[in-house]
Amino acid sequence: MFGFLLKRVSVIIPTFIGVTLLTFALIRLIPGDPVELMAGERGVDPVRHARLLAEMGLDQPLLVQYWHYLTGIFHGDLGISVVTREPVIREFFTLFPATLELSFCAIVIAIVVGLPAGIIAAVRRGKVTDYTVMGMSLTGYSMPIFWWGLLLILLFSVTLGWTPVSGRISATYWVDEATGFMLIDSLLSDEPGAFLSTLHHLILPAFVLATIPLAVIARMTRSAMLEVLREDYVLVARAKGLAMPLVVCVHALRNALIPVITVIGLQVGVLMAGAILTETIFSWPGVGKWLLDSIRRRDYPSVQGGILLVSCIVIFVNLTVDIFYGVVNPRIRHQR
Amino acid sequence: MRKITTRLLPVLLLLFCFSQAQAKTLVYCSEGSPEGFNPVFYTAGTTFDATSRNVFEGLTHFITGTTKLEPGMAESWEVSADGKTYTFKLRKGVKFHSAPNFKPTRDMNADDVIFTFERQWKKENPYFAISGGSYEYFNGMSMPDLLDSIEKVDDYTVRFHLKRSEAPMLANLGMDFAVIQSAEYADVMMKAGTPEKFDQWPVGTGPFVFEGYKKDAQIRYIAFKDYWKGKAPIDKLVFSITPDASVRYAKLKAGECQVMPYPNPADLAAMKADPKINLLQQEGLNVGYLAYNTVVKPFDDVRVRKALNHAMNKQAIIDTVFQGAGKVAKNPIPPTIWSYNDAIVDDAYDPALAKKLLAEAGFPNGFEMKIWAMPVQRPYNPNARRMAEVIQEDWSKVGVKVEIVSYEWGEYLKRSKDKDRDGAVLLGWTGDNGDPDNFLAVLLGCDGVGGSNRAQFCNQDFEALIQKAKVVSDVQERTKLYEQAQVVFKEQAPWATIAHSVVYVPVTKNVVNFKIDPLGGHVFYGVDLK
Repeated sequence: MFGFLLKRVSVIIPTFIGVTLLTFALIRLIPGDPVELMAGERGVDPVRHARLLAEMGLDQPLLVQYWHYLTGIFHGDLGISVVTREPVIREFFTLFPATLELSFCAIVIAIVVGLPAGIIAAVRRGKVTDYTVMGMSLTGYSMPIFWWGLLLILLFSVTLGWTPVSGRISATYWVDEATGFMLIDSLLSDEPGAFLSTLHHLILPAFVLATIPLAVIARMTRSAMLEVLREDYVLVARAKGLAMPLVVCVHALRNALIPVITVIGLQVGVLMAGAILTETIFSWPGVGKWLLDSIRRRDYPSVQGGILLVSCIVIFVNLTVDIFYGVVNPRIRHQR
Repeated sequence: MRKITTRLLPVLLLLFCFSQAQAKTLVYCSEGSPEGFNPVFYTAGTTFDATSRNVFEGLTHFITGTTKLEPGMAESWEVSADGKTYTFKLRKGVKFHSAPNFKPTRDMNADDVIFTFERQWKKENPYFAISGGSYEYFNGMSMPDLLDSIEKVDDYTVRFHLKRSEAPMLANLGMDFAVIQSAEYADVMMKAGTPEKFDQWPVGTGPFVFEGYKKDAQIRYIAFKDYWKGKAPIDKLVFSITPDASVRYAKLKAGECQVMPYPNPADLAAMKADPKINLLQQEGLNVGYLAYNTVVKPFDDVRVRKALNHAMNKQAIIDTVFQGAGKVAKNPIPPTIWSYNDAIVDDAYDPALAKKLLAEAGFPNGFEMKIWAMPVQRPYNPNARRMAEVIQEDWSKVGVKVEIVSYEWGEYLKRSKDKDRDGAVLLGWTGDNGDPDNFLAVLLGCDGVGGSNRAQFCNQDFEALIQKAKVVSDVQERTKLYEQAQVVFKEQAPWATIAHSVVYVPVTKNVVNFKIDPLGGHVFYGVDLK
């Protein structure tokens, strides 16, 4: 087990270096510099332009800039945003709880709905239920989030008036930030109705963000279940007279879950990418929207730092899934 | 127990309704997050709405809904005969807001005015380098070159000595970078060892007191009870940050906010028809133009420039690109600015005349050229690519073959400044202070060549007029000079003036007294809810 752990952790180091290189290089490959963009049509004279670039450290050779960036990371310093002049790490962790809350609710919805849907489709293979579930999951998987989100807003918020259009809580509440998680903070606050308002605001964006992972989980569960249901031990269980629900939920599902867990782990990355669009549509104050704004403004430190932190989280979640996978499936950790 | 509950419930409900009716809260669906809370560092309107336009005030003040000036923190002023000395009498009894770590002990006075300007100007000021020390607008308006000294005559009199006469000075002092900040608050924060907090928690004299900010989500203000003009009719003001225009509209329809800026042009028809919404509109303080490079062949010949102007069907551009939310521009300044010369006749759409002029200039079969299309959307040009295509089609009728080019926005701005730039550039300008100098000198003056003057236009007659207008303080005389400058501009045609956009602000029907600010701000003092 120790060797397995060591192998998995050692893969992280090159991945981490790769991420730092990519984030550093990609933002600089986009033409235009932050000073020109900040000045806009008004322009800025060449002397001042040069001075501002020097203040941001962007006048130095790329290798020197990269070195400063790397040494900063090891000191826990991701730089200062060129727009807000706030430390990037503080900005990120102010906004991250909002993204985490949204993503967590989305993945819960995706699992709670996707898993049973996949099982039902597998059990009723070739029947109307199967085709319906698979058709819907394919549609969900192919749906552009920005369009899907706007469509749901129009239906549920504008036409039916069931859910609020956007935001994390109604503008009439002002909840003090104790944890950054609005569900918890609103519960702790003494404002009556704040928790319900938070829940009300969370439903639609969480559902929109859950759409793609839900579709993937449903499809993956179905195919894994189909494979397991063909196994001899399932036939034996049935022959012994065990009820079908028991065979499916106890004997088959446990084995079918192994690939599904991996897919759920991989969906964390998808959730982070989806969060950028969902957060923009629903004015959700999370890191996704913040990253998009930072790219538009060529805020190099925010983009580098933000993507690095998101990548670290994705790497960490995948490592946890890998380890967990090794625990539940001994064949994996003994593989050479 | 049940009896008590049944009796208490209506009372509680009544109390609840009463308290709701008491606190009037206006929710404004703002288009983005402020970059920070001290306007001296920034140039974006979004930041100014959240700070200078509702929390702070300057020495002079633009009357809401106009570009005319009125006294602000200065009760009155005198300008010396040579136009180089401005003496301001400050208003007495003006209170500053409180902050969590600060309670003001005195009223606004001359020390605050001096601190406000010296912080942005003098390196020896202890606050100069705090929070990055980058004062874009103060420098952009050339204040360091203009100011000679600022003198405190007494507690309520301040004198500005300028190095040269500058007629737009009073308008400059009404701008967002010049809002008066508390020297006392700055001292308290410095002594506490937290000077950066001065820039994070705004303390002004304006109608709304900052209450808190949840990043990218919400900004809250309460009406300032001791405001010198009297408390605002609304009690609370909330900025609900909503970057997507379609979502802002959905929130307005759902009653989640009462005012929204920057609607999608495609939604305007539905907004006009909506019985719950009042669609306010006003001509914007902007101009969208196509700048020829007047120092490069064939555009150095005025006949070519005039011919191209006559070959452009501007009304078609207004109809297709602005979808009606614009007005044909004939002058380089918008009609909302004083000194706009309405007597000028625009170059009419006349392809036959255009062909004739081209033949006279030696191009009977036309020529090939480039049009630069901006990669971004702006109020003065909502779709530059489409605009370039319409012009391309128009000009092909007179034999001019157009290639449309574009660059990333930062690159576009940089490359379009080049003196030997190839082709004509689509760009525009939104006014800063409602002064004609802010358009004519910045965009067409000789100093702007190789910079903000994309036409590289340096005409001696035009230059003499705008330079003279800069130093004359009499508004009547300045008006005449700028009117003449517009005549010269039309004759020389360094640009094809294309459009002034129309600004729309949809508000719900219960909003009263909201006025569109021609300077692009969103001001909530005086606004009420029915």
